[in-house]
This record gives sequence, C-alpha cells and structure tokens, in this order.
Amino acid sequence: MAAKRVSSLLLSRSFTSSLASRLTGGKSACQARAISRYSTAAALEEPIKPPVNVEYTKLLINGQFVDAASGKTFPTLDPRTGEVIAHVAEGDAEDVNRAVAAARKAFDEGPWPRLTAYDRQRILLRFADLVEKHNDEIAALETWDNGKPYEQAAKIEVPMFVRLMRYYAGWADKIHGMTVPADGPYHVQTLHEPIGVAGQIIPWNFPLLMYAWKVGPALACGNTVVLKTAEQTPLSALYVTKLLHEAGLPSGVLNVVSGFGPTAGAALCSHMDVDKLAFTGSTETGKIILELSARSNLKPVTLELGGKSPFIVCEDADVDNAVELAHFALFFNQGQCCCAGSRTYVHERVYDEFVEKATARALKRSVGDPFRQEIEQGPQVDSEQFEKILRYIRAGVDSGATLETGGDRLGEKGYYIKPTVFSNVQDDMPIAKEEIFGPVQSILKFKDLDEVIRRANSSRYGLAAGVFTQNLDTANTLMRALRAGTVWINCFDTFDAAIPFGGYKMSGQGREKGEYSLKNYLQVKAVVTPLKNPAWL
Amino acid sequence: MAAVCNGKLEDSFMVPEIKFTKLFINGDFVDSVSGETYETIDPRSGEPTARIAEGDKEDVDLAVKAAREAFDNGPWPRFPGAGRRRLMMRFADLIDENVEEIAALEALDAGKLFHWLKAVDIPVVAETLRYYAGAADKIHGETLKMTRELQGYTLREPIGVVGIIIPWNYPSNLLFLKVGPALAAGCTVVIKPAEQTPLTALYFAHLAKKAGIPDGVFNVVPGYGHTAGAAISSHMEIDKVTFTGSTEVGRLVMEAAARSNLKPVSLELGGKNPFIVFDDADVGTAANLVLQGSLFNKGEVCVASSRIFVQEGIYEEFSNQLVEKAKTWIVGDPFDPRSNQGPQVDKKQYDKILSYIEIGKAEGATLLTGGKPCGDRGYYIEPTVFSNVEDDMRIAKEEIFGPVISLMKFKTVEEAIRRANATEYGLAAGILTNDLNIANTVSRSIRAGVIWINCYRAFDIDCPYGGYKMSGFGRDFGMQALDQYLQVKSVVTPLYSSPWL
Repeated sequence: MAAKRVSSLLLSRSFTSSLASRLTGGKSACQARAISRYSTAAALEEPIKPPVNVEYTKLLINGQFVDAASGKTFPTLDPRTGEVIAHVAEGDAEDVNRAVAAARKAFDEGPWPRLTAYDRQRILLRFADLVEKHNDEIAALETWDNGKPYEQAAKIEVPMFVRLMRYYAGWADKIHGMTVPADGPYHVQTLHEPIGVAGQIIPWNFPLLMYAWKVGPALACGNTVVLKTAEQTPLSALYVTKLLHEAGLPSGVLNVVSGFGPTAGAALCSHMDVDKLAFTGSTETGKIILELSARSNLKPVTLELGGKSPFIVCEDADVDNAVELAHFALFFNQGQCCCAGSRTYVHERVYDEFVEKATARALKRSVGDPFRQEIEQGPQVDSEQFEKILRYIRAGVDSGATLETGGDRLGEKGYYIKPTVFSNVQDDMPIAKEEIFGPVQSILKFKDLDEVIRRANSSRYGLAAGVFTQNLDTANTLMRALRAGTVWINCFDTFDAAIPFGGYKMSGQGREKGEYSLKNYLQVKAVVTPLKNPAWL
Repeated sequence: MAAVCNGKLEDSFMVPEIKFTKLFINGDFVDSVSGETYETIDPRSGEPTARIAEGDKEDVDLAVKAAREAFDNGPWPRFPGAGRRRLMMRFADLIDENVEEIAALEALDAGKLFHWLKAVDIPVVAETLRYYAGAADKIHGETLKMTRELQGYTLREPIGVVGIIIPWNYPSNLLFLKVGPALAAGCTVVIKPAEQTPLTALYFAHLAKKAGIPDGVFNVVPGYGHTAGAAISSHMEIDKVTFTGSTEVGRLVMEAAARSNLKPVSLELGGKNPFIVFDDADVGTAANLVLQGSLFNKGEVCVASSRIFVQEGIYEEFSNQLVEKAKTWIVGDPFDPRSNQGPQVDKKQYDKILSYIEIGKAEGATLLTGGKPCGDRGYYIEPTVFSNVEDDMRIAKEEIFGPVISLMKFKTVEEAIRRANATEYGLAAGILTNDLNIANTVSRSIRAGVIWINCYRAFDIDCPYGGYKMSGFGRDFGMQALDQYLQVKSVVTPLYSSPWL
C-alpha cells in the first residue's frame, strides 16, 4: 500500500542525447533562417500530417503483441494539438507478471544467454540494419508522439540509436573477467555472468535513445528484459522491438509493457523475479524506485535522474560562440534534457553583452510544427509539463528575476512555449534550484573562479556541467572542481556511444554507455581452486 | 660574454668510501673470471676513483646460470605477490636509510649534483620500488569470451631471466625503472650497469641481499657494452632484454637478440626533443622551463629539450631572457649545493659535445653564449645557446647529450608541428601555451611518447614513458611497464551444459 502511495510519483522522463550539435549546435543553428520567429504563432497553422501509420499499439510479451489483461487502453496524444494519436494497451501489474514470467523463462531455459556471444552480436547487428532501413518512419513516430523536431529525430537520434546498437553488439564477445593473483597456492578467476531479468523504465524525452542505452548493454551481456516505456511516448519502442524480433531475437527476451508509473512501473520495481532495475527519469521517482527495490528483493538499481547543470562562461569567452553554445545547451529538445545547461553562469566582464545576445538568440529561435523543416523547437511533451513550465516562469518573475524575453505560451493550441530568458537570476530562486525541464534559460553573474565553483557545486544535483573557455589552466581547474558526471569543455550534449554518462549526488547512480555500462548488467563470480606445486604465483 | 664558469671546481668536498667493486653473482661479490679490472673515473678531475671487476662473457654466463636457477627452481617466482612485495618494501626502506651514501657514490661516479640526488633522485628510486612492490599482487589476466563451449582464460606469467642494460646518465633511476617491474612480475635479473657508473648498482646489490632478496634473483655484472653487454644480448638463456641508451647501440642489442634466441627486446633510446613555445606563453616562465629542460643533468638526458621552437612574436625576447638566465646558471663541483651543473660524465662525452659546438658554429648558427670548456680540469662545459638554428643543421638533427640549446623560429601551429615531427626520434616533447585548442591539437599531432604541456621533464612513477619511431619501443614506468616482463598464456578447457556463454 505504501508502495502505491509513493509510486504515484512514478512519472518517467528525462535525458538528452546524441551528436546534436551536428544539426542544432554551433553555427548551423545560428544560420538557420528564422522561418518562424516565435512571435508569429506557428502553432496556429494546420498541423502537418505525419508520414507514418501507427501499426503497433499492444503490449509485446513473449514475442507476441497482446492486449492488456484488463483489456484497458490509454490514449497517447499529439503534443502539437493535444489530440489522440492512438489508443495503446495499458499494462498493469498482471501484464508485468506475464512479461517477467516470459523473460524469466527466456533467461532460465531459453537460448538467449546460451547463444554464443557472436550470435547475440549478429542479432543486434541485424536489428541495427533494420532500424537504419526504417529510419524515417521511426523518426516520424518519435516526433509525432514526443513533439521533437523531425530533423533531429531523423538525422541524429535514429542514426545514433543504430550506432549504439552496433556499439553494444561489438561488446558482446569482449566481456572479460579476470584471472586474479592469490596470496597462496590457488588459481582464481572471475566470471562476468549476465545478471538475469532486467527491468528497465525509460522516459519520454528521448524514447529511442533511452531504449538503446538500456536495452543495448542488457542484451549484449545475455540478459532478458522487461521494458516499461513512458505513457506519453509508447509508440517507437513497440515499432523497433517488432524489428528486433524480425532480426532473430528469441521470444521472451525483450518484452515491452506500455503503461503508467504507479501501476506498471511500480509492479516492475517491486517484482521478486526481476534481478536488476534501471531507470531514467526524475529524482523523486528515482527515490521511489530505489525504495521499492529495497522493500522487495534488493535488486540492484541504476538511476539516471535529474539535473540542474551549470554552464560556465568564463572571462575570456568569445561571447557570440558562448551565447550559441549556451543557447543550445539549454533549449535543445525543447529544454527537455536532464543534462540541460539550466544555470548559465556568466563572468561579469562579459555578462551584459551575453544577456543581450542570448536574448536576441532566443528571439530568433524558430518554434513550430516539428514536422516542418528547419524548425528548432516543437511543443512540450504534454499538458502537465507545459503547465509546470509556465508555473516556473511565473515563479521566476515573482522572485524578482528579469524576464528578458518569452515567458508565455505560443499560440492557442498544443503545448508550445516561447523561448524564455531570465537574467539577474539569484542562486536561491526556484528557477535556479529546481529542474524546469523546459525552454527557460536562467542567467547568473559571477566574479571569480572560486566563487563560480562554489555556486555551481551548491546543488543537490551533479549530472553535467559546461565550461566555456580557451584558457587551459581555467579548463583544468574547472574540470576537476565540478562535481558532475560529465564536464563538457567548449561543447555540450556531446554523446558518443563510448562516453559514459551518469550522475554525482542526487542525479543518480551508475553509468550508462561505454564499457562502464556493461557493469550494470553483469554479475561477478569468483572461482577458486587450489594449485599443486605451481611453477609461479 | 660573461663568464659562466662561476662555480667552485675543486673537488674539496667529501668523497665516499667505495665498498663494493666486484661483480655480484648469486648473492656474492666475486672477482671476474679473467681477474681483469678497469678504472672508473671521477669526472671532476679525470682521475680514477676505484678499480672495478670487469665482467665479460664468462661472468655473464655465471650470472645467467644463477638467475636461471633462481627463476626455474628458486622461491622468487613462487612467492605470492605479497611475498615479493614484502621483500621489495624492505629493499626500498634500506635505500632510504642509506640515501646519503648512495647519492654520494652516484655524484662521484656520474658528476651528478649530490644534493639533488639526495633530495630527489635516490628517494624516487625507493618510491619506484614501492610502487612496483604494490603492483606485485595486482597482476591480472582475463577470463575470455570464447565463441564455442569453451572456458578460456589468460595467465600473465613472469617472462623469466631478464637482461637489463642501463646507461650512465641516471644510473640508479633507470636501473629501478626496470628492476622494479621485473621483480614484481617474478622475474630474475642480470644487470649490466654502464662502465662509467658501476658504483651504485653494486651498492644496491648489497642492499638487495640485506633485504632478503633470494640469491640469484639480482645479479650485477659491470663491464663494457661490446663484451658483457653483447654477451647478455646474445645469450640463449636470457628470456628478455631491456635496454636504455643510444639508438646506435639499441640497434646492436636488437640485432644480437634476433641472431640468438629471438628474445623480446624493449628499447628506450635517443631523442631530439622539440620544445614548442607559442606566442601567448609567459616569456620568463618559458625561459626557465627551457633552461631546466635543456641543461638539467648537464644536458645528459634522453628527454632533454634540444630543439627549441619559438614563435616569431616572442622569439627575440625569449632568446634574450634565456641567455641572461643561462649566464646565471652555475657550473661547478657537483658536491657544492650552489651548483646547477656538474661535469660531463667522461672525456669521450666531453669531446663529443665540444665538437658539436664547433659544428654548430661552422654550420652558421649564432652562438649567443657559452661554447667553451669551464676550467682546465675535469669535464665541465659552459651552458651554450645557439640561435638561428636551421632544421637541416647537424646540431638540430643529432643528439648532442650536453648543455647545448638550439633555438629555432616558427610562424604557425602547422609549421611547428611539421618541423617538430621531422625527426627520426620521437621520445618527448614540450608545449608551452595556455590556449586549450593549441594544446589539444599539438599534443595529439606530435609523434612522441611523452608530451609535457606547460611543464617539462615531469616524470611520474605512474606515468608511462618511452619512445615513438627510432626512440625505441616498450614503456617504462606505470603499470604498462609490467607488460615488458610478463608472458601471456591462454588456457582453454571444454565446457558442458553451461547456462550461459
């Protein structure tokens, strides 16, 4: 019962990804013609019809698309309009039980962990090929469900998904344990074994990329998975998982349950037959997940949670470039990134110029139907997020920050918000402390390095940080002083398959991507045998 | 030109008693089989300090036999890592306890600064030994991901008897750079110190015995390269040779290894290391770093910065400041705490350096300061700075191994990279800039084993060190150094009904 109470907060969401700067960052975004300055309410236009049909809406359990046990469905909405895209089978505890049973059987008795790593690799590689082949449909589905610019989905995120799958496929046959020196005549080795059934809960901000970050390493290591997608964005995961089965994935290895946090999510977290849990989303939900794991079978948990990441523009900065990068760091993906650079600290020497130019840049941001070309910003994902962001904007004004631009919704329909810039933000204001998860930039002034280090670190979060300087000494000092899992120096949101990502402090535990991510899905077994008269020790 | 022979040159300082002059084989100090000895020279005066037993092929054979027995049947490789660690720690403690005596022996033998040896170099020897002592129980292999139903793992086994040939410029540090990881790995060693500087190696042999290192594990055979050195390189019972010295001799070592038992070889050879100073650098800091980088240890350093590329915007100011600083650099008796620079190690080296100075003048480089011997006794040379050095001059291409600085001017980052890389060597490089982008670009572009940015000669025990190109191969220092002394053995057994693969 207590589980039910706390788990009402089980909303997922979060994170950013990919080599986004290829499309949005740097000069290209700057040069993109502002086809629709946000003041010309692009949202009023008739929405473009997405070039894709929704084919898969049921739960995917044991290799089959099935209705929910209850027969219930929920609508998934188009954030451009708030209208229904499709009705999706709503998974609950009973469906999670079915999915876990299938995954359990696939792990305990099925072929997946027993396949050679080479064969697992082949299936993941075929999967990557299929996703690549269907790039545009998948991207369209993602944009329709989430509201992110189609170009971003099609040119960055789906290709990055493919890249990640190929990356993890390559790890499958390189998972090594160690042989270990002992203090006496013993032969010792460690085996890195798959952990078993992994429960994975992913957010709505990068549905496909979060899928890849989690499913990729879990499957490469030989685990089986029950994946719960965010209720806002269930469609793309169903589509690609269908392709994964076409690629040869045995039934039961990956099960997808659409549904809500307090029901399906909580059931997965408290399940006694789930061996591992990985979650990306808010810090408050992360706490619940850890608690549910503790109260059930003590399953280990990986958490990628919220952030209030500082972006520090140093004294020597080229202001134009700093403005562009800081703008990208915050506004990318409608500001719906866990690692968004949401505290823009600017050195006093360049502060005034920076504020002026950052405001001008925000004014130029093209907001509109994400299916339109050269659109930089689509709608927020849903009405709840939309309302929350507007509340934060009001709080910013109320607490005395200077609203330089934006501050309101855009148009009458859908969840569009004007790119918003606050200056004169103080550290104790809610907009400087709490995660807004929207297109709201907070600019703060600083004098010296020690001060900005102290202020940047005085947060309960520690996910990422940006540093903008050409000075080697300054860069070296900041990269070590900042308590964050990623420090980007003169870049931001640079996500390669091999770069580990994760949080310090209340931004989470564990690391995803890179070799580090494999640890999340492996058990270590030490094997010891005596040696008789060995030639060496 | 101001006099740079500004230090005290008389050898009026203490001379340590020389206790160990014989070969150390199988735990005992012994005469050479031939009974031959040779003189080791005090470079301050050119006078002999001691007669040292001269090892040759027969002595190497005896040492290898002892090392072979200690490896094949003795306790050393059969100790657990923690056992080797304990003895190596004791060895390190003994070095610390005798730091003054060791430093004095090394200063006397090599003309190195006594106070620096005592405060830094010899304590670092003990620290190096402790670092590798701590590594002895952290030598891991891997369990493998086989493509069929097979259990596979790798064992990293000690390679066996290791031949170690070291030079005279850092007799103690370079010895333990190699002995440390070799002992940690469980190997036994036959060491040939340079004929110029045998004293500390023999002293360490005495301490090894005292620390309880089993007989035959640590053997020292002083002697010459073409006799004792060649015997080690071509020995059929030595499993590995590691050598630090000139590129020329490195080639001979490798050739001898190829013609005998194909023993693997690690080589740490010469360098002609660029130090690139960019316009944004603080000129005073740059001049100090270059001075230290080039003149430290009399320029007898394989990583000495011997090609100084200075960007045109600060070239004049830099060369002025460098010359001023070079004039205050004190050349004098290595036992005098005021000295920055002692004598070159021997007559041969001294003559070679002076001849390179003449070559530089003849090639048309501008001599800004120095260029002459200091005093009329011993092997002291003035700190020497050449300006307007061209890339094709011999002083810009060949390793001088002395207190000679060559300044070259450059315009662009690309030009600096191209010219810095236009050498057969690739040991180390310095970069002086506070521009993050230049530092990143240049550090990746230079083909060298160590890059120092805004610092120079910043060695660290945990920081691997070795050359690209003809500066050698293999790495000393850090956990990487262990690779030199370990074999990899793969072990495979079938699996039946495994629940996972």
